[in-house]
Amino acid sequence: MQETVQHQELPAASAVPRKRGRAIVITSGKGGVGKTTTTANTGAALAATGASVVLVDADVGLRNLDLVMGLEARVRHHVLDVLEGVATLDDALVTDKRVPTLRLLAAAQTREKDDVDTAAFSDLISSLRDRFDYVLIDCPAGIEKGFTNAIAGADEAIIVCTPEVSAVRDADRVVGLLGDGRTVKLVVNRLRPDLVRRGKMLSVEDVNGILRLPLLGVIADAPGVIVSTNRGEPVALDAASPVGESYRQIAQRIIGTLATAPEIPRERSFFEKLFGSLR
Amino acid sequence: MSARRIVLTSGKGGVGKTTTTANLGAVLAKRGHRVILVDADIGLRNLDLVLGIEKRIVFDLVEVVEGRCQVRQALIKDKRLENLSILPAAQTRDKTAVSELQFAKLIEQLGEMCDYVLIDCPAGIEHGFRNAIAGASEAIVVTTPEVSAIRDADRVIGKLHERGLPLRLIVNRLRPEMVRSGDMLSVDDVTDILSAELLGIIPDDEEVIDTTNRGEPIVLQSESRLAVIYDKIARRLEGDLVPFTTFSAPGFFARIFGKAS
Amino acid sequence: MFEFIQRFFGKPASSATAKERLRLVLLSDHLSLAPDVVEALKHDLIEVISRYVDVDAANCDVTFEQQEKQVAMLANIPILGMRSRPTPPATPPPAAPPPPAREAEPPPTLDLGGATASVAAEPDAAPATNAAVAPATNAAVAPAANAAAAAPPQRAAKPAQNGGSRKRRRKRASTTAVPSAG
Repeated sequence: MQETVQHQELPAASAVPRKRGRAIVITSGKGGVGKTTTTANTGAALAATGASVVLVDADVGLRNLDLVMGLEARVRHHVLDVLEGVATLDDALVTDKRVPTLRLLAAAQTREKDDVDTAAFSDLISSLRDRFDYVLIDCPAGIEKGFTNAIAGADEAIIVCTPEVSAVRDADRVVGLLGDGRTVKLVVNRLRPDLVRRGKMLSVEDVNGILRLPLLGVIADAPGVIVSTNRGEPVALDAASPVGESYRQIAQRIIGTLATAPEIPRERSFFEKLFGSLR
Repeated sequence: MSARRIVLTSGKGGVGKTTTTANLGAVLAKRGHRVILVDADIGLRNLDLVLGIEKRIVFDLVEVVEGRCQVRQALIKDKRLENLSILPAAQTRDKTAVSELQFAKLIEQLGEMCDYVLIDCPAGIEHGFRNAIAGASEAIVVTTPEVSAIRDADRVIGKLHERGLPLRLIVNRLRPEMVRSGDMLSVDDVTDILSAELLGIIPDDEEVIDTTNRGEPIVLQSESRLAVIYDKIARRLEGDLVPFTTFSAPGFFARIFGKAS
Repeated sequence: MFEFIQRFFGKPASSATAKERLRLVLLSDHLSLAPDVVEALKHDLIEVISRYVDVDAANCDVTFEQQEKQVAMLANIPILGMRSRPTPPATPPPAAPPPPAREAEPPPTLDLGGATASVAAEPDAAPATNAAVAPATNAAVAPAANAAAAAPPQRAAKPAQNGGSRKRRRKRASTTAVPSAG
């Protein structure tokens, strides 16, 4: 039933020995700060450079990565189908509509997080690392079983945090739970430079003064992100989007081709407001 | 006479459950009802922070359930509103520390002490969610007009139906100017898709972040437009038929100079 | 301003896209959350088809698949052979050629909205023994569908799922909105 899509041939696991891929979990503690959006866009930006990327949705029961990617109509099987042997990995992997080296492994919608065996999930991530340059895992909100599963098998973590007290508090808790064995970096999302200037919002320095993590990126609040999820078109693939540019830079920092510290987004100028760009 | 026990839930995190619980509770207390707010997010508590009482916590919900203190010792009376009390969650435990039965009994007990129990439900549909709805007699589903939030709200509504809990919907963080330009789903779109009865429409307001920073619910600023809106929601809860506010998009100059409409 | 120009030249407003995507995804979610409904549908479908052909009931499969613009029902019904004489339907078919199945009233307890439309809307395919596509089924069962439609009480008698609240919710949904099965 799937339309034919240009599939990028992926090397089989047993072919030419390749560098093992990186597994990065995107987490936060607090819900609604932009984990899924960050996973989708960082993954898209990485894949757009030619790297092979798989996005794994670990939010069993409340999946949204497929929706944000615009691939919800193409999901036929999910992680639990693979773990339970109902489907093969190739059956479950969905190729992105726009970037051929990008794949999605969706979560089950009608199951529970308790249904996932942590060790089996970890093994799955490990085998994905043999096939892909990057395995990005979208972690659910909270610090329960869903979180424990999502971080299993990932030795790197990106914490997404908005400049709000509840989010910082929860992120701090998560940093503690991630422990010392993982590289942890920070993305500050939904910054409003105008509110920071007026003293009504925490600044990036305020946030990272508490969390004390290497800063991977800072993303301004932008209505364009809502539009992009409405359409299922990640902004990272929009060359004209400043938020997209932030995500593309995050990808470059992850790869290692960009060494400069993230720029703090500035307020929109009078003319930008005049022409009302939503981006 | 036993209280109304209302759980505020959403599925999706970050849509405004805690902020709504705090502000709705405050407004009901202002209107003369005795209100107890319960933070059911064991391990990631935030209701205390939003209300500015985080430094006054001595005992928490888990300690009450485990019998290590009396309910009254754990309840924190709000200094600004005499009818408002809060039962905080435990921060260093997890949601399996309390069973559904224990939670239900606790809510029942609280219900004998006040007119309204508002339960702030954690994100998700797992153990924490099941606990939070265990003691409730009705539900308020909070959603934003975004696809992920609506999809999760739909799932939650299904679960609430399974439990036979009556529910009503609050659409939070509406941006009328984006609805007008077709860049955001409208309230009608949301209620159509979810087939739920509307309780309230809350526009996006940048002031909320500031008030959370300071731990002062925005409804305490009586001139704030959100105070008016939460008051309407409270009146609808009480049973009044209150017409919904129509929101006009901010004008051209308001957009440039950054004033909220 | 840029958005105005963009909209003028053709991309629909994203809220409209969002609404449509949500409608389909929720329909798909609801169907997968109502296995009992799907079982009942499968059972009825096999019963109706069996009046005309012998089927391998144990290996019949009915699934719902979300596709780009619709949710479709896919029925895989292995057919073992023709019946020597088709069993007459419950009520005699009308003398006039039977109207297409689409015009039959949707069964009251199974409000599939887009799914029903897509089943009827598939292009005509030659009846295949292992038809994975609905139209062959439709063509064969048009008279039976009428019969089924003429006897809705049979379906309505099925116990409502989990009490009145779900049914009440279904009634609230307009025909253009997402029907709620759960």
